[in-house]
Amino acid sequence: MTIAFKPDETFRGDYTYRNSDAAVLRFPFPFPEDRYMYSVNIEPHVRSGPSDVFLRPFDVDEHYIAECRDKAITLERDPGRCQVLPHMMLAQWDTLELLMESLSADYPALFSLVKEGDDFGSRWTWTNRPLGIEQRFIFGDPATLPCEPFEYITRQAQGDFAICDQRDNNLYMDAGMVTSQADWSLEFDVGMSFMEWHGPVPLAHQTGVFERALKYLLMLRLGQPVRRLNWTMTINPRLDTSPESFPEWGPDRASVTPDNAGRKVHLRVELQTLWRLPRSNAILFPIRCYLASLEDLARVPKWGARLHRVLSTLPPELVEYKGLTRYLPAALEWLARHDDGRELPVGTESGITTL
Amino acid sequence: MIGETLRLKVAAVADIAPGLRHVRLVAADGGKLPPAAAGAHVQLVLAGATRTHRNAYSLVSRPGARDAWEIIVRRVPTSRGGSAYVHESLQAGDVLEAGWPGNLFAPVRTARRQLMIAGGIGITPFLSYLAEFAFSGVEHALHVCCRESERHAFDPWLADRPHVAWHWDADGHRLDIPALLAAQPMGTHLYVCGPAAMNDEVLAAAAAAGWPDTHVHCEHFGSALSGGEAFRAFLARSGIEVDVAEDESLLDAIERVGVKAPCLCRGGACGVCVTPLLEGEAEHRDHVLSAEERAAGRLIMPCVSRARAGRLVLDL
Repeated sequence: MTIAFKPDETFRGDYTYRNSDAAVLRFPFPFPEDRYMYSVNIEPHVRSGPSDVFLRPFDVDEHYIAECRDKAITLERDPGRCQVLPHMMLAQWDTLELLMESLSADYPALFSLVKEGDDFGSRWTWTNRPLGIEQRFIFGDPATLPCEPFEYITRQAQGDFAICDQRDNNLYMDAGMVTSQADWSLEFDVGMSFMEWHGPVPLAHQTGVFERALKYLLMLRLGQPVRRLNWTMTINPRLDTSPESFPEWGPDRASVTPDNAGRKVHLRVELQTLWRLPRSNAILFPIRCYLASLEDLARVPKWGARLHRVLSTLPPELVEYKGLTRYLPAALEWLARHDDGRELPVGTESGITTL
Repeated sequence: MIGETLRLKVAAVADIAPGLRHVRLVAADGGKLPPAAAGAHVQLVLAGATRTHRNAYSLVSRPGARDAWEIIVRRVPTSRGGSAYVHESLQAGDVLEAGWPGNLFAPVRTARRQLMIAGGIGITPFLSYLAEFAFSGVEHALHVCCRESERHAFDPWLADRPHVAWHWDADGHRLDIPALLAAQPMGTHLYVCGPAAMNDEVLAAAAAAGWPDTHVHCEHFGSALSGGEAFRAFLARSGIEVDVAEDESLLDAIERVGVKAPCLCRGGACGVCVTPLLEGEAEHRDHVLSAEERAAGRLIMPCVSRARAGRLVLDL
């Protein structure tokens, strides 16, 4: 397997990010039915599913190099996007070990990890060929890395990462690397409990979704990660849609017209996975973001039509919470041209093999 | 690092004191074990003469060790059979099925000081705690209450562990639990693992001394992870009678006989496997059904819930 990276594409400024045909076809489309509502849509994170992005526990795609560079730009401008509370050092090493082991096992042409032992104190050598990194360090000794272990490894991974410490029958967001978030702030949420950081979500609290999800996650087992998809929409292919940088992207919502919506409006899908970490007993929460424009999605007839139906029946509370209010009519007008009203099969599969 | 069950080979067994057996386990395929850490346990499948036992034992090996795991098993006179099997039948070279490590007794890393009280074999989870605390440097102390004759049995795991005090049943050597708890600074977390009577005594003393519940932790093995009494279920639409063994879930048993049941999380949270219950009384263990739904007794989540008594009839 070779990945044709696009090292020069951008997620800001001139927004040169584009999906190849293959990237469109493997997009993790999140809507199995014509209507959407919150549910506890958690399932085992096995190496299979309706999209190729599920084939490996940590997916690497054609945007890898460009995404890591965009993350570095965001961190340079705002180092507070990576925060780790002091009691989380074991969880930092757990994260580094999990990512290095998974990436080197699943992508041996891209990454390698050579160990002289598995215990703390052992010499490890990490090679990241796409980013041109070779690092010798001592597992368990933060002084032998250029920065702390969690920041070190998550700078080399697509998507955001939070670590939840488990205590008092609750989860606390006590560490995070958050540079491609759907308008939430690590600076604000760090240290909060599970119910606190989910406080703003509408409708779901009333149905008990969060009580059930928390009880389930407290029992999450080592070796049995789980996953769910979440989604929102973003104007332009922008990763850094944080509250901190709102002045840079918020006004773009007013730039959408029925004519440009196909290019400007992007479906933003998060592949969220949850992993019990072995040493710290904490839970790692990677949030991997995939972006596809309405034009991309409409190339798959089932997806274009289904997205039109989901968005036109979305409860108003969710429209408001997801920040779609301003441009939803324009997006719907554009999508309506791709929905002929025929019955669509249940499921998220594209139903086609070429575009 | 994904998996559910492991095959372990017994690398060595040794008696470290009368009734205390040390077992060293390695991966049967010669590969590496998943890392596990302070407070973790492993569930071993022990094929006894009359039935199969699934017993959980604390790992006393180095935190994060991937070459071998170690456990220490006390022979319990009232044993359900697991500890008797380990002491009478288990030999080097035997291959066992095991689950991936679990952890229901992890230390709280925000603690300013860690205070541990062990009763007898209850020292085992604290052997891995001590290794972690020595590495992290957090202030800590372990008090062990045991028979005087056993106080040196754990020496191999206690080299370079200075913060350990021993207590036994003789004048001048008993642990004064209220005095110990009264002397702790703010921010201390208390962990107790021992016989039920000792656990209760320590928990009562902590409550009497005004310790907040969030700072007091007690090890309970096998708490509601899975399994229970064996029972029988009848799948009305399929016309199949299913025996649900004590170590399998109702959902597992339904799948075993080839009936497809919808499911997702397999942990009682998502609600996908909800099934109409036509007859019988369920022991509900899910997080989904409301008190009213439970009282009505018409629904069951077969991924975690079981029969309270007798037979269940499901609309499947």
